[in-house]
Amino acid sequence: MIDEGLRSELSKQGIFTLKLEELYNWGRKNSVWPLQFGLACCAIEMIATSMARYDLARFGAEVFRPSPRQADLMIVAGTVTKKMAPQVIRLYNQMPEPKYVIAMGACAISGGPFKQGYNVLKGIDRYIPVDVHIPGCPPRPEALLHAFMTLQKKIEEQSLTSAQRPRHLDANAPSEFPIPRYGAHDLEPPSNRNVWQPPTVTRTE
Amino acid sequence: MPPESSPYLVIVVLMIAAVLFALTPLALAWIWAKKFSPRKPGPDKNAIYECGLESKGDAWIPFKAEYYLYAIIFLIFDVETIFLLPFAVSFTGLSAGAFVAMIIFLLLLVEGLAWAWQKGVLTWK
Repeated sequence: MIDEGLRSELSKQGIFTLKLEELYNWGRKNSVWPLQFGLACCAIEMIATSMARYDLARFGAEVFRPSPRQADLMIVAGTVTKKMAPQVIRLYNQMPEPKYVIAMGACAISGGPFKQGYNVLKGIDRYIPVDVHIPGCPPRPEALLHAFMTLQKKIEEQSLTSAQRPRHLDANAPSEFPIPRYGAHDLEPPSNRNVWQPPTVTRTE
Repeated sequence: MPPESSPYLVIVVLMIAAVLFALTPLALAWIWAKKFSPRKPGPDKNAIYECGLESKGDAWIPFKAEYYLYAIIFLIFDVETIFLLPFAVSFTGLSAGAFVAMIIFLLLLVEGLAWAWQKGVLTWK
């Protein structure tokens, strides 16, 4: 293990040292392939982000894949209705590990303006683990770019061997997340308790 | 080069190097995947359909291939055109035997057209 002082001394001489893990994560964070998957108006901003003006290609993420088998980032861009939620989670399950989720916009993170509605899921993080939440209705492309950079930082810091290693390196972690059923009144179950805990309301007199 | 070594030795060495050049990255990727990207299959991940919906029914169903008729009729006219053009160009210089052979060939194709006509393929429904 090389210590930081020697490392910075070497880099001053033009010699860069790095761990294999850092090289791997550097490659990974610069080649995130998102799933080509838009649900509502946020998708328009996602499309704008991928186009020339905002140019998601600068981050190596312009390759929007139409198949979940080839994607490693799911941008949940828009309102997730209760009818659509099982499909979203199935698509997430079909993506290969390691995979990441950006919940884009007020609807995807909480239900947004439709939170009080009967047919809208109040946040996709009730069923799948979300890495970056972006507020906004819809968020501007800059916000999505910022979320991307946040995700890249997160990928960069992922250790392959420690206790904080990604889920797919943990043999005990489940490979798939349970898909809710579209029931008569609500999704069944209404949330995945392993992923999301309902906030505890404490009332003060 | 010593006289006893074959001149093809260099090619063999280059071929071995080429194969290793191709196989080494694949082997490294395979070893890396074993260690850092273990397989995690599941019923959803192994599903055939990949648009989010569950597939319904069996994929092994008989499929009605109606387009063979169009293929046959296209072939009749296509082949006919290809052979009719040289036939027409050299018509005056042809012997009687060549003429008969060509007419037989045309009749064979016309027979196919008659068959399609009788089958009702030419009627626009």
